[in-house]
Amino acid sequence: MYAQLVETGRERLQSRAEMSADEQAFQERIDAGIKIEPKDWMPEGYRKTLIRQISQHAHSEIVGQLPEGNWVTRAPTLKRKAILLAKIQDEAGHGLYLYSAAETLGVSRDELLAALHSGKAKYSSIFNYPTLSWADMGAIGWLVDGSAIINQIPLCRCSYGPYARAMVRVCKEESFHARQGYDIMMALCRGNAQQKQMAQDALDRWWWPSLMMFGPSDAESVNSAQSAQWRIKLASNDELRQKMVDQSVPQTEYLGLTIPDPDLKWNAETGHYDFGAIDWSEFYNVLKGNGPCNRDRLRTRVEAYESGAWFRDALAAHADKHRAGA
Amino acid sequence: MSKEWPLWEVFIRSQHGLAHKHVGSVHAPDAEMALNNARDVCTRRNEGVSIWVVKAADITASSPGDKGPLFEPANSKVYRHPTFFPMPEEVKNL
Repeated sequence: MYAQLVETGRERLQSRAEMSADEQAFQERIDAGIKIEPKDWMPEGYRKTLIRQISQHAHSEIVGQLPEGNWVTRAPTLKRKAILLAKIQDEAGHGLYLYSAAETLGVSRDELLAALHSGKAKYSSIFNYPTLSWADMGAIGWLVDGSAIINQIPLCRCSYGPYARAMVRVCKEESFHARQGYDIMMALCRGNAQQKQMAQDALDRWWWPSLMMFGPSDAESVNSAQSAQWRIKLASNDELRQKMVDQSVPQTEYLGLTIPDPDLKWNAETGHYDFGAIDWSEFYNVLKGNGPCNRDRLRTRVEAYESGAWFRDALAAHADKHRAGA
Repeated sequence: MSKEWPLWEVFIRSQHGLAHKHVGSVHAPDAEMALNNARDVCTRRNEGVSIWVVKAADITASSPGDKGPLFEPANSKVYRHPTFFPMPEEVKNL
């Protein structure tokens, strides 16, 4: 999931009787499937949780450009380079749609960016892993964007209008990302033994972090229960993760690669693939800032922002001058 | 930190002769940059042939509380719809 472990500020779920009249009316609208729009009344917890979730999602899109940026100048062909640039530009666009959606809740984009740059705001754990070979561009598009799509499709139906509308656009564009990734994997797997080994190596490194993207099991989580009641979370982390595993197995078989999980096997009874235990200590460690690239990602992001300051200031000065002259 | 750029609402007319439709918002220091940003953010896949940008602060919007007085009067005027008037089978072209 692009937004992981989103806090709702709740210690337990509120019952109907405990809700104020406004809160009850609000919950009834949500239960009836009516979208909440920016000017509508909403509980403070709903507003704050959405800001956290949407901004974390936006930050993930923005930081998500960095691992791929590593390969723009090293893409194997001009065509692959143009495609990769278009994908990275899409990620910037997705971040901007999401910041706009968050801004309708009464925060400014500059405030959100400041929270990212100071390290206060989180982004998805997945982007703190390094991109060591060209095959990683394939694995990221296929698995990471694949996981993102699984997570984002239900959000197109979420209760907050601006977020749902942003997700519709994002999902449409995201399928290009997943396909271009799989296309890179196919090309490598049809290549020589060394190229196929590159693809296998990328799968080995990205498989488990991709499954971790959905976050730990939230069957017992009060935050998830609250978010589900508000319809800003529409499926459990485990359900989404299972979907990812189920769809990835045949895709991997087609490539002739092996998923790095000895416990992975078809379960005819459940109609799903069983898979091995996830090392959650790795996930928490990355979230805490100790992943392989946390410091590097944030430093690169802040540097890019600061190096662009003179240009943003010049644009503002130009606009001010012409306004004054008008 | 530099001062914040104002917010602009973006409207796009798609290729099929439809009206401009709201598609999102961008930040920009002036109208010209707002158009440039709207092009980059909202038309990467041939979504349109024309862009309008309007300063968000210049838009006056109805508030959710006014929904009743504004829109309810239309509810009781079903005769504004042609289907309100059943026509005899044998009468044509109406």
